Amino acid sequence: MSATTLQAAAVALPPPSGFIKRFMRNRTAVVSLVILLLITLVAIFAPYLAPHDPARSSLRNIMKPPNAMYWLGSDDLGRDVLSRLIFASRMSLIASVQAVVIAVGLGLPLGLISGYLGGWVDMVIMRLNDALMSFPALILAVVIVGLVGPSLTNAMTAIGLVYAPRVMRVVRGSTLSVRQEVYINAARATGCSDGRIILRHVLPNVTGPLVVQSTVLMGQALLAEAGLSFLGLGVQPPEASWGSILGSAFPFMQRSPVPTIAAGMVISVTVLCFNLIGDGIRDSVGRMRRAGD
Amino acid sequence: MSTLLFLGRRLLSAIPILALVGLITFLLIHLIPGDPAAVVAGDNASTEAIDAARHRLGLDRPFLMQFWTWLSGVAVGDLGTSFTSGRPVVSLIFDRLPITLSLTGGSTLIGIGIAIPMGIMAALNRNSWVDRLIITTTSLGIAAPEFFIGLLLVLVVALNMGLLPATGYVPFVEDPAEWVRRLILPSFTLGIGLAAELARQVRGAMIDVLARDYIQTARAKGLSALAIIVKHGLKNAAIPIVTVLGLQIRRLLGGAVIVEQIFAMNGVGSLAVRAVFLRDLPVLLGVALITAVVVLFVNLLVDMSYGYFDPKVRQS
Repeated sequence: MSATTLQAAAVALPPPSGFIKRFMRNRTAVVSLVILLLITLVAIFAPYLAPHDPARSSLRNIMKPPNAMYWLGSDDLGRDVLSRLIFASRMSLIASVQAVVIAVGLGLPLGLISGYLGGWVDMVIMRLNDALMSFPALILAVVIVGLVGPSLTNAMTAIGLVYAPRVMRVVRGSTLSVRQEVYINAARATGCSDGRIILRHVLPNVTGPLVVQSTVLMGQALLAEAGLSFLGLGVQPPEASWGSILGSAFPFMQRSPVPTIAAGMVISVTVLCFNLIGDGIRDSVGRMRRAGD
Repeated sequence: MSTLLFLGRRLLSAIPILALVGLITFLLIHLIPGDPAAVVAGDNASTEAIDAARHRLGLDRPFLMQFWTWLSGVAVGDLGTSFTSGRPVVSLIFDRLPITLSLTGGSTLIGIGIAIPMGIMAALNRNSWVDRLIITTTSLGIAAPEFFIGLLLVLVVALNMGLLPATGYVPFVEDPAEWVRRLILPSFTLGIGLAAELARQVRGAMIDVLARDYIQTARAKGLSALAIIVKHGLKNAAIPIVTVLGLQIRRLLGGAVIVEQIFAMNGVGSLAVRAVFLRDLPVLLGVALITAVVVLFVNLLVDMSYGYFDPKVRQS
């Protein structure tokens, strides 16, 4: 990024200190952020934190209830559930990031083009968008996985594709609202190219809503990954994600309910954190915008 | 007359989207990177087996001819034949559609049944602890995955308490009472997310309505808060509610895939999941197309209901 780009971003974005100050005042969002950071740290330092080898099965300890050795009990193959959940956090988080990167990678440029150019380009992109959004997201993801074969990468690519129209919509909306601003016309009058205007003047204005949308999509992608892996269409053994742990614990739920409940709780809490952080960012950015108007 | 015109215009506007949905379904198999023939042939398949699969999929013919074959089939309601069962895809899906629609219908009823009283209670006690409790509950309901709620319900209500059956589906025509009994747990599972989303909308709409002048008038006339809500509030809140229902139908159909799996229901979702493992591409594409058509149809109904709830829409 060149110095001028940075400058433009600094002008268009809220002063960071103000945004952070407002975000920090939102107690729910801050607590969620702390929890999420802790989960991320657990994922990074998994090998040091896991009490057992997540892959080692002990046939003498099958489906043990929680005890001093296995804090969350052991699964149907006698593996430590806590260690498996700790290691699976890597899969689940990386998979969500992968899906969101694909969704933004497709949705951001299309939304910018659609909103900025308008006219028939916008019409074509929007109609395609409407049609794509008529498919139930999870069913479209299942179908795409069926076409390319089950694997975690395929599942997350499918989810990224399915979510791209949502990103595109948000970006297009923000682009439309800044397109008519005086400074855009001024930039055009001074001979800036469309590409330059989009990158330096439109993009910074899209950042706020885009960050909010991406944060919420992280949670949605995590849910979708868990769902597909639960169905056996995502991560394939011996790898495991939170969803696949839940899926493999479910048939034995009556005999040993703790693994199912633990995996479900971890997924729910993480998704909740993403949603609440998204709400927090939206409120912090929004207040700035209202004050600036 | 104006109503008919309104309906006609809405129907017409749905046609291009429907055509695009069909086109996307056809193109899916061509646009997705990778070789569907290799996926269909299975792991470690020989070149001959892959070629045979390609022939069976019709992918060895010229692109335009494939499109023409597909288009003329769809026009007469022919979505091809299942690779594994040899039955027409359309009849396979229509056999199971009642199960999935019972489930989504049941969860919509449960969603509305929970959301309206919750939303009203939150709006009437705005900013009190009741309101905060309801908002917190809805956040949890939105974040918790369907399958987790379903598994907990199976564990507690079906397995431990033995109140309701944990799995299976009984058609309505066979035994209406059993049909309801078997649908309760799955509909709850799928309906909780919807209830949470709807409750927020109802709360917002109610707060909005309660601040209007005519509500003040009604209150000044001595009507109780509850009577005002039933007489004026609900009808005005109907539009945001049906809008959310229209948006949520996609989530419900998607969630049904997982809920059907948990409760061992043989719906369209289970059909799709099985088709992935059996590499039955015609069935998969058929499910995509038909669920999208259901979504479009529901949204058409939502559009039409605007005309019913708000006469101004009809005239515009």
